[in-house]
Amino acid sequence: MSDLALLVEDLWVEYPARRGVVKAVRGVTFEVHRGETLALIGESGSGKTTLGLALVRLLPKAARIKRGRIMYYRNGTSQDILALNAEELRRFRWQECAMVFQGAQNALNPVLRIEAQFLDTARAHGLSDANAVRERAVELLKMVQLDPQRVLHSFPHELSGGMRQRVLIALGLLLQPQVIILDEPTTALDILTQRSIIEVLRRLRAQLDFSLIFISHDLSLAAELADRVATVYAGAIVEIGSVYDIFERPRHPYTLALTRSVPTVTGDMHPLASIPGSPPDLIAPPLGCAFHPRCPLATDQCKREEPPLERVGKEQMAACWHWREVNP
Amino acid sequence: MMADPSLRAGDTSPNGDRPNAAEPSTPIIELDHVSRVFEQRRRRVKAVDDVSLAIQEGEVVCLVGESGCGKTTTGKMIAGLIHPSAGEIRYAGRDIWAMGKAEFQRYRLAVQLIHQDPYASLNPAHTVYGIMSAPLLQHGIAANHRQARERVRDLLSTVDLTPPDDFLDKYPHQLSGGQRQRVSVARALTVSPKVIVADEAVSMVDVSIRVSLLNMLTRLKRDLGVTFVFITHDLAVAKHFAWEGRIAVMYLGRIIEVGRTPQVINHPQHPYTRALLSAIPEADPRITRTKERLQLRSLDIPSLLNIPSGCSFHPRCPWFEEGLCEVSVPPLADVGADMRVACHVVARERAKEAA
Ligand SMILES: Nc1ncnc2c1ncn2[C@@H]1O[C@H](COP(=O)(O)OP(=O)(O)OP(=O)(O)O)[C@@H](O)[C@H]1O
Ligand SMILES: Nc1ncnc2c1ncn2[C@@H]1O[C@H](COP(=O)(O)OP(=O)(O)OP(=O)(O)O)[C@@H](O)[C@H]1O
Ligand code: SF4
Ligand code: SF4
Ligand SMILES: [Mg+2]
Ligand SMILES: [Mg+2]
Repeated sequence: MSDLALLVEDLWVEYPARRGVVKAVRGVTFEVHRGETLALIGESGSGKTTLGLALVRLLPKAARIKRGRIMYYRNGTSQDILALNAEELRRFRWQECAMVFQGAQNALNPVLRIEAQFLDTARAHGLSDANAVRERAVELLKMVQLDPQRVLHSFPHELSGGMRQRVLIALGLLLQPQVIILDEPTTALDILTQRSIIEVLRRLRAQLDFSLIFISHDLSLAAELADRVATVYAGAIVEIGSVYDIFERPRHPYTLALTRSVPTVTGDMHPLASIPGSPPDLIAPPLGCAFHPRCPLATDQCKREEPPLERVGKEQMAACWHWREVNP
Repeated sequence: MMADPSLRAGDTSPNGDRPNAAEPSTPIIELDHVSRVFEQRRRRVKAVDDVSLAIQEGEVVCLVGESGCGKTTTGKMIAGLIHPSAGEIRYAGRDIWAMGKAEFQRYRLAVQLIHQDPYASLNPAHTVYGIMSAPLLQHGIAANHRQARERVRDLLSTVDLTPPDDFLDKYPHQLSGGQRQRVSVARALTVSPKVIVADEAVSMVDVSIRVSLLNMLTRLKRDLGVTFVFITHDLAVAKHFAWEGRIAVMYLGRIIEVGRTPQVINHPQHPYTRALLSAIPEADPRITRTKERLQLRSLDIPSLLNIPSGCSFHPRCPWFEEGLCEVSVPPLADVGADMRVACHVVARERAKEAA
């Protein structure tokens, strides 16, 4: 496909731990197109952050990429991310793909004014024209609904959590990356602040040309912003499809349970689905389908054989032996 | 002619038979013009400002609002863990800070707080059995360890930690967030409380676990007739848990709207409640992408050190009227049956409609 921005194939990431090896990402395959917004949703510990970090090669030292391929495409050229050397990686990050980390509100350098953080980031990538950088910073801060004059001269602690989050989004866009990854961009923020971040992202997507991958355990964020959604369970993508397919016609029992377990404020009271059992142990994930101990449709086959991610609709894939029986 | 919501509440409580209900009209908990000021580096933070609220036995009342609006402080005052700076808190009609030692002790057992942070509230050095048996033995509810063990087993089953024997000897760090939260609930139940103040009891856990926790709490409410003060920043959770009860919305230390849950959720009156509800992203793409949003004049959240004059929402309020809103504090006034709102404009419009 010509409009591909990112392709991930059979990616495996592990962390060594005392009790054994944590299989945090298990054979993940997906693609992101130009200008598209993909949401990775899943519960705590399912491997979302690990996957995001792998895409920009910022995994902690202990982590090992066991297998897989990560390709970025831009202007007819492609880059194999797992084959880049240190210098190439430095260029790649920020310019091709920028990531705003989970809990990033605390990630800004506390002793530097915001302006200095923009200049430093630019300088590290060979942009030394301070005036041009400042101009770009002003433009970006306006786009994220901040007052550039006030914010540029502030220290991080003088800004609220939501303002810091917006500064980081602006900073992430400084070097015009083609892909930007946001890890839990609204978690721990107040509703009205969350709303302003959502609106800012919506506006940026309309004004600038980049692909957005965001990671969240908050399904409503995906419902708001995503074009496509991928459900992550036990380190694997178990379903991927358009936002409407995922919420309205899920074909994986876990996606179904997840989307039915979140109450909405608008509308009548619906009974909520609860998912029995507890989240999987990634050191010794269940054999066969990792969801089988909690799945109402599980059969003997599910306990023995791991279902592949297969096409279940025009643009929808699910990893379930019995997807035909999943009735929303 | 307008009904006092607090008087009605008991009648519609899902808990029909209330054997120990004193007089139906005496609320089990009553906050009477309660304020709480904290001193912070010689500056005064007014965390709770003139809050009045009456809660009937068997009722469920949700306190909702954004971070820092004073929910936890209010909850701690209800549980008698901190003193109000002004105003009175009554339990079954009695001023808790005027009680004698024995009576205060009984009240403290009757009103249990489930702490916002399950990580901080369970002693990491004790097993689940140790944590839960301590209050049983200390208050003579169990005569010996054999009895205590039985009771702890029962309570662990009540909160769906089954089989209970799997959990008795575990330490908090060996439990998942959801399991820890259940232990906190079970510990609160050891002393058979009449009132549970649950502070963000389901907020720290994943969605898949949240629903079963909520269902468990709903069952307790129904089966044990426990009165609930349920604190959450999540209005969808409040709606779900307190559909048959009431919601009180707080903003900068004040209650700005209180009413029956379906009313507050479906027909909010105060512009802040409206803004909040309309801003909430929903886990349904069609609903959330077509929801009408109420725009605020400003996104800045005022500091508690510098609370705006008059109506403290006025710098952000889309209905702000100069010369009125920044001048006087709107009182929390009846604007309909079971509906109280602190807004000059709402009060005026309702008065007009009534005339
Ligand atoms: N540095 C590390 N060393 C060892 N194990 C790790 C490390 N980082 C994460 N893990 C483990 O890898 C798994 C996946 O973690 P990850 O942070 O990717 O999940 P997540 O989906 O982002 O969760 P959350 O929603 O809580 O942020 C978890 O079991 C976690 O405990
Ligand atoms: N012990 C204290 N000393 C000083 N200030 C305090 C203290 N406890 C609370 N506050 C302040 O009082 C205000 C209200 O705090 P409170 O914890 O009641 O809010 P909350 O509504 O529970 O918020 P959250 O949703 O974040 O839990 C905050 O500004 C807080 O910083
Ligand atoms: S493969 Fe089997 S266990 Fe897994 S989700 Fe499908 S039905 Fe459930
Ligand atoms: S009193 Fe005025 S500022 Fe306050 S909520 Fe009502 S209209 Fe808005
Ligand atoms: Mg994460
Ligand atoms: Mg709190």
